[in-house]
Amino acid sequence: MYVIIVGGGNVGYYLAKTLVGARHEVLILEKDRIRYRTISEELGEVVMQGDGCEVAHQTQAGFGRADAVVAVTGSDDDNLVICQMAKLEHNVPRTIARISDPRNEQLFHELGIDATVSSTKIIYNLIEQEIGTGEVIPLAALSRGNIEIIEVEIGAKSPVLNKTIASLSLPSEALIISVLRDGHAIVPSADTQLVLGDNVIALVGADKEHDMRDVFQENA
Amino acid sequence: MNIVILGCGRVGSTFARLMYNDGENVTIIDQQSEAFRRLGTKFRGNRIVGNGIDEDVLRRAGVQNADIFIAVTQGDNRNIMAAQIARMVFKVPKVIARIYDPIRADRYRQLGIITICTTTIASGLMRDFVKSGEWGLARDYSKEYVSLDV
Repeated sequence: MYVIIVGGGNVGYYLAKTLVGARHEVLILEKDRIRYRTISEELGEVVMQGDGCEVAHQTQAGFGRADAVVAVTGSDDDNLVICQMAKLEHNVPRTIARISDPRNEQLFHELGIDATVSSTKIIYNLIEQEIGTGEVIPLAALSRGNIEIIEVEIGAKSPVLNKTIASLSLPSEALIISVLRDGHAIVPSADTQLVLGDNVIALVGADKEHDMRDVFQENA
Repeated sequence: MNIVILGCGRVGSTFARLMYNDGENVTIIDQQSEAFRRLGTKFRGNRIVGNGIDEDVLRRAGVQNADIFIAVTQGDNRNIMAAQIARMVFKVPKVIARIYDPIRADRYRQLGIITICTTTIASGLMRDFVKSGEWGLARDYSKEYVSLDV
């Protein structure tokens, strides 16, 4: 696979090294001449100096035959335009943008970016996982964010404690796909009873996440 | 008319002064409060300090009630992104972005943003003048602007 990385900061640099290790063809496009020199000394010809938003530089870097363009500069606006121009000018099949402000996720999807990664959101989710029980924690988004995989821990005050899955009033677009118990993943059936400390993993339509929350929310 | 301007550089501040002088309701946003010095002493519009691609800042500037949004910061990509937020999130009816790069100006115009490429406007005017010795349709507003004293 030919992957073009725009932005040769730490994220771009380690991403390139990882992809090269996995035998992918990689090119880093870095705007800053000094940073370009630093990383090209180590990585050699896989680094090119240029502005990832300029169509001429995109063409020179081979955007036309790229399988994926990954924009990992530190600016959300630059990453947006890099990915949009890659789509508009070169029909790149997959564009991935790093975003700092997690609220930009939906906007970027609406503007045609295939995937976004927000370390802010990932770290936030990790912190959320450490907090209390009964919270619905989003683990991953599928189908451009229309479907989510969520996790809920069953605490002592959970309204669904000791209930069977069949007795839960789940929203229409929700499916419990696994129950994690004592380090094992149980494939649940209608008779599976939820016990203290269970982690329930479910697929849910993004607009049904709130209904899901209502089912598992602990009473104060 | 509610006008929100992003970027208080030469163009942003001049446009803000003209529109305020015309009696419009003007709000101007810039990341640095010192930039507002360019507005002079007669401008009484709203000044908002903040990042123009942050939805909270745009909301504080009243973009949800704007009739027109104009992005004239120094960064093409910042203008492009702010214009797209104004259009998609805040449904502003008219959105203008100044874009120096002619290719980006052309492509985003096709996506529904009114783009102004001052690079090609200025060089086109000069080319016409070099060829014909006339300024054609071009008008220099600077004398008028100076005499308005806004």
